[in-house]
Amino acid sequence: MAQQTIVIKQRSGNSYRKTASIGRLAVNAVLIAFSLICLIPVLLVLSASVSTETAIAQYGYTLLPMSFSTAAYDFILAQPQRIMNAYVVTSIVTAIGTMFGLTIMSLLAYALSRQRFALRKPLSFYAFFTLLFNGGLIPFYLFVTQSLKLKDNPLILILPYLVSVWNVLLLRTSFQSLPEELLDAARIDGANEWRIFFQIAIPMSTPVLATVALFTMLSYWNDWWMSLLFINNKNLYSIQFLLYNIMQGLEKMNATPEIAARYGGNLPTLTVRMAMAFFAVGPVALAYLFLQKYFIRGITIGSLK
Amino acid sequence: MALISGSMVRSAVPSGQVPNKSFWTRLKLFLDKNGTYMLMALPGAALIFIFAYAPMPGIIIAFIDLKFNLGPWASPWVGLDNFGYLIATPLTGRVLFNTLFMNAMFIITGTMGAIGVALLMNEVHGKFRARIYQSAMFFPNFISIVVVSYFVFAFLSTDEGLVNNLLKSIGVEPMQWYSSPEYWPVILIIVSIWKGVGVSSIIYLATMVGINPEFYEAAKIDGASKLDQIRYITLPLLVPVITILTLLAIGRIFYADFGLFFIVTRNTPALYPTTDVIDTFVYRSLIQLNDVGMSAAAGLAQSVIGFILVIISNMVVRKVDPEKSLF
Repeated sequence: MAQQTIVIKQRSGNSYRKTASIGRLAVNAVLIAFSLICLIPVLLVLSASVSTETAIAQYGYTLLPMSFSTAAYDFILAQPQRIMNAYVVTSIVTAIGTMFGLTIMSLLAYALSRQRFALRKPLSFYAFFTLLFNGGLIPFYLFVTQSLKLKDNPLILILPYLVSVWNVLLLRTSFQSLPEELLDAARIDGANEWRIFFQIAIPMSTPVLATVALFTMLSYWNDWWMSLLFINNKNLYSIQFLLYNIMQGLEKMNATPEIAARYGGNLPTLTVRMAMAFFAVGPVALAYLFLQKYFIRGITIGSLK
Repeated sequence: MALISGSMVRSAVPSGQVPNKSFWTRLKLFLDKNGTYMLMALPGAALIFIFAYAPMPGIIIAFIDLKFNLGPWASPWVGLDNFGYLIATPLTGRVLFNTLFMNAMFIITGTMGAIGVALLMNEVHGKFRARIYQSAMFFPNFISIVVVSYFVFAFLSTDEGLVNNLLKSIGVEPMQWYSSPEYWPVILIIVSIWKGVGVSSIIYLATMVGINPEFYEAAKIDGASKLDQIRYITLPLLVPVITILTLLAIGRIFYADFGLFFIVTRNTPALYPTTDVIDTFVYRSLIQLNDVGMSAAAGLAQSVIGFILVIISNMVVRKVDPEKSLF
């Protein structure tokens, strides 16, 4: 990159510089526009969530609130059971799933990355074959409900996503690039494979680990599919599944009589909806801010063969 | 000679005895060498077994008339009847067309969009600015499709939607988006580009960054404009990557993005003519129609055809660039 700038500077004839700067302006304008488009829906939802119900009914959803009100958030906080419960379910599932998933996937990937492991090839095939062929939805559904009997069991929200073979692939590629001499040196010093794994392989693979951690976290936080298939018990609804049900009109925004009275029977449904969507995005945005610096490096390293 | 052969005979005797004990010795040796790795791989391998391999015998459901009280092994065998029903259903053609057509559109528009973004990003020289753009453009990829459906609803809702408000303000009659199937291919393509292009541009950008800068310098000396450089240097050098990614995507052309077609459309029956795809069809047959046999048949057909396509496309990829093939 630096080299390119130097080259441009060297060749800066007057007209060239002019077209170059116009071109660069255009490039940046398009990218700024697209970046904004990527973020605008969040703004739309945020703006709707802090509008008054009447403003939404009158003007519809707008990019900037026509009037300001925290009624939607007050409503959610005033009777939080449903939402808080979904939040707790999702948080616990995400925390446990990410912790165990990351450990289990890293261990598997580490074993598959070692040349000296005799079962490396057959086990790799065993894992990666599942990317190419699967029994399909119906056998999976019947196996979980009839054989494992995990319908309405919180474990079904965790177990299926613990191992994502794509992530194992990323991790394996990263572990393969560890310098073998370094590991051998540790072995000569008497370190066993567990110690090498935890004290050398893991610390040296931070970008990929952070990337896989982010992916795993998101796969849990954003999941609605397992709930859609296997969860009927409302106490086990995840935040996404609750949102889905609200959007489908399957879940009514029930209010206790006192709260309903406070709103004069006109529950702020339009704004509460959007406030909840914003609630669901919040933690994702936060995790993303913290982990995104590893993200590009992580997938670039992992996808190099 | 005699001495040597004698020693050979002597040494042959104990080594001939080794196989008797050696199974255990060798097993021990094997475990000494590989036991730790096997233990490390065990939890992951077990989970893969439970959730990917153990359900596979259930494929048999496509060939039986499943009676839940009898269980799958005692239910009557019906051969290919379920596939027969599947072919006879008038919906099959529509579902197949929607799946293939929409996936083809996603491949074409997604690739063009990703290359476009990568070309633009390749011209951004400020590191900080590049970081800001990429952060914004990756963000949609991390949003759940449920929340995306809220976004889409905020735009397209008949009474409150932003789009209808804009239409009203310029004096155009507002639209009933959720009952107009003809617009949904375009809407879903926009959503898919919005969600995926930022992240999928990375791989193209990585390739562009790797292009030897001397090519561009030489072109500049010959008076090539920026567009010429893109046309005659960058794009040709991207062709292998484009080919490979496209082939891999074609390998998955029978698999639709369930969330996009089911959640974003809010599973609205009025939109089925353009948005019902194999995956939503299988799900609906299972949950709503409770037709396990036919949906299993559809799922199996999808898996098998998908598998064959992946194998074929991988073979082609291997011809183009052995390094890039999946296996």
